[in-house]
Amino acid sequence: MRHIISILMENEAGALSRVAGLFSARGYNIESLTVAPTEDVTLSRMTIVTRGSEDVIEQIVKQLNKLIDVVKILDLSDGSHIERELMLVKVRAFGKDREEMKRMADIFRGRIIDVTEKTYTIELTGPGTKLDAFIEAIDPVAILETVRTGASGIGRGERILKV
Amino acid sequence: MELTGAEITIRCLADEGVEFVFGYPGGAVLNIYDEIFKQDRFKHVLVRHEQAAVHAADGYARSTGKVGVALVTSGPGLTNAVTGIATAYMDSIPMVVISGQVPTGAIGMDAFQEVDAVGITRPCVKHNFLVKDIKDLAETIKKAFYIAATGRPGPVLVDIPKDITGQSFAYLYPDTVSMRSYNPVVKGHTGQIKKAAQMLFEAKRPMIYSGGGVVLGNASKQLVELTRMLGFPCTNTLMGLGAYPATDKQFVGMLGMHGTYEANMAMQHCDVLLAVGARFDDRVIGSPDHFAREARRIVHIDIDPSSISKRVKVDVPIVGDVAAVLDELIKLIKASKERRDEAALAAWWSQIEDWRSRDCLKFDRKSSIIKPQYVVEKLWEVTKGDAYVTTDVGQHQMWAAQFYKFDEPRRWVTSGGLGTMGFGLPAAMGVQLAHPHKDVACITGESSIQMCIQELSTCRQYHIPVKVVNLNNRYMGMVRQWQEFFYGNRYAESYMDSLPDFVKLAEAYGHVGMKIEKPEDVEPALREAFALKDRLVFMDFITDQTENVFPMVPGGAGITEMILAEDL
Ligand SMILES: Cc1cc2nc3c(=O)[nH]c(=O)nc-3n(C[C@H](O)[C@H](O)[C@H](O)COP(=O)(O)OP(=O)(O)OC[C@H]3O[C@@H](n4cnc5c(N)ncnc54)[C@H](O)[C@@H]3O)c2cc1C
Ligand SMILES: Cc1ncc(C[n+]2csc(CCOP(=O)(O)OP(=O)(O)O)c2C)c(N)n1
Ligand SMILES: [Mg+2]
Repeated sequence: MRHIISILMENEAGALSRVAGLFSARGYNIESLTVAPTEDVTLSRMTIVTRGSEDVIEQIVKQLNKLIDVVKILDLSDGSHIERELMLVKVRAFGKDREEMKRMADIFRGRIIDVTEKTYTIELTGPGTKLDAFIEAIDPVAILETVRTGASGIGRGERILKV
Repeated sequence: MELTGAEITIRCLADEGVEFVFGYPGGAVLNIYDEIFKQDRFKHVLVRHEQAAVHAADGYARSTGKVGVALVTSGPGLTNAVTGIATAYMDSIPMVVISGQVPTGAIGMDAFQEVDAVGITRPCVKHNFLVKDIKDLAETIKKAFYIAATGRPGPVLVDIPKDITGQSFAYLYPDTVSMRSYNPVVKGHTGQIKKAAQMLFEAKRPMIYSGGGVVLGNASKQLVELTRMLGFPCTNTLMGLGAYPATDKQFVGMLGMHGTYEANMAMQHCDVLLAVGARFDDRVIGSPDHFAREARRIVHIDIDPSSISKRVKVDVPIVGDVAAVLDELIKLIKASKERRDEAALAAWWSQIEDWRSRDCLKFDRKSSIIKPQYVVEKLWEVTKGDAYVTTDVGQHQMWAAQFYKFDEPRRWVTSGGLGTMGFGLPAAMGVQLAHPHKDVACITGESSIQMCIQELSTCRQYHIPVKVVNLNNRYMGMVRQWQEFFYGNRYAESYMDSLPDFVKLAEAYGHVGMKIEKPEDVEPALREAFALKDRLVFMDFITDQTENVFPMVPGGAGITEMILAEDL
């Protein structure tokens, strides 16, 4: 099962490597990992997407909690939540393809943020599945470059992860 | 008044109540050593190898329950210490290791004797720190001691760059620290403890399985009270030996790979299992699938949630400090009107006695060659079961566990989780320094002892009168045993050729050496050695090369799939 786990941790040098090291040392897989400081500069928030059986996920959460720098953890997948990911795609866009590419970007509510005679750079946010769908929908030969941030997530409604 | 970083470091250790620092100097810690020279609040013990400094601090910690302290220089000093740190980590031993680092400005420049200490040790410490600002130094050291000693204990590394030890800052050692990200649980969940009590009353075939957590949590008294009150059988893991008195009739011996027949059978066939501060290690329950074949309900008390339901699913998890939880459990049971099932318990005990009558630890007592088991048995007699015993790793370690009957906790000092050869002698130094008037024996093998033999020199310098009991079978016996059973007697590189003359070697280091070759000389030699109160005596017992450790559960097999001596 896919799980999306949010972690609040001390904004200390090396905190990220403790988490990354834990995953590699114990053979847990990381599908994506994002991290950035929060409004409280002493804290960073990390979102990890991982996969594993319920037993493995339980161990992952327990092991993360054991890290001294970790302040709080929430397995977002335990309840309803919102997930967003940002993708930048540079595509070939000339001739008749140019119009088609614009149309696809519009359909997916993407924004064209950089333009040359031959290329567009499209910005797209949404759940990971939507970004996948966009990649599926356009001609693969047109794709020059993609970059994705990995998922960030937040609980719905009153579900809050805060110190 | 401002103090230098080096002075602050020393003052912190002294104010923390540290008695011994085991260390080895070098460039990055010279400022600190200069301050050690000027102070007399704690004693510095100069080892001959940094691995030994950490093992000695570890032995001190295991035998006292206090935090052990080691001090090493940057680069090779730190890398030499890593084996010791990992050893302490695997067995959850409270320890603070201070390492020197190159000056802050040189970090990352491939400076002389630079290694990424925090990076190298990250997977084998409870936590580590690189001190980047002298303002943080005292508080960091306080945190290190706090983290090392609380919750599930473990080693903490504090890496201090050389320039920090030279700068000055006001000294204030905090009395306490609080950390929002670290709040270990002490009290167990009362509802869960009630469920546990109920389950214990309902048991028809109960079993208490206790481990290192009882020793670490100083809960031996509670464990004994509970076990006696209930009248249930009790087994200990290798790490838990001494937590329940081995000479008590409710004790069924150690369990696991080299555990007793009765302990493993009872573990497998019980219907209610109370696991206390033990982590269902693979050397203990063997194959989890085989273990799960018999239905049983499990209560698991552990301070570390990640130890619970890791390898074996449990029914009643209780997260908390073992002493606090057992206190509450005992109170509940005393107050309860429920009674245990006497008839079922009597039937269960008669089954256990039946298993016990197999006498799975028997060995040939008429042999004309010294049997290693016999040496340990005699050691127990001669020291009246009151010695502190450290070991190395191998067959001798298992015989020590099986034949030295520990009646008290913290007497047994062995590397269980990492299984580090070379641990025994330096650990014994730490134990002896902490208990100067007690008998301390290091049970070792001719291969293991050579991994830290240089510490005989440290023992000479500080007059550490450890008694080395070398069970010399000329083989890496444990390796040879596996090769005999599973590799068609192909003894690849497990014969220890060109052994030194250990008697002469001991004498060269200024100690007393003895070589014992006949069974009838074993006891007199031990008596003579232990009579030499202020001397280190190296006893080289020439033992049977072919002896094996039984029972034995082959790797990956179920715990009742034991090979017994009588099977062969
Ligand atoms: C050659 C060799 C052979 C071995 N054979 C055997 C064998 O036959 N049998 C055997 O048992 N072992 C054997 N071992 C040792 C084995 O590898 C493990 O080290 C050992 O079994 C672990 O013991 P434990 O379960 O008591 O856990 P420990 O490693 O002692 O862990 C302690 C547990 O208690 C918890 N704890 C700590 N403090 C507290 C507290 N205050 N309150 C509550 N919980 C706490 C910790 O979180 C942890 O889960 C062998 C080792 C070697 C080297
Ligand atoms: C540092 C280290 N290297 C290798 C091993 C693997 N090993 C486990 S037991 C053993 C043999 C130990 O021989 P000895 O000290 O003579 O003890 P014996 O088994 O003969 O009693 C070895 C090599 C280990 N545990 N530790
Ligand atoms: Mg040997």
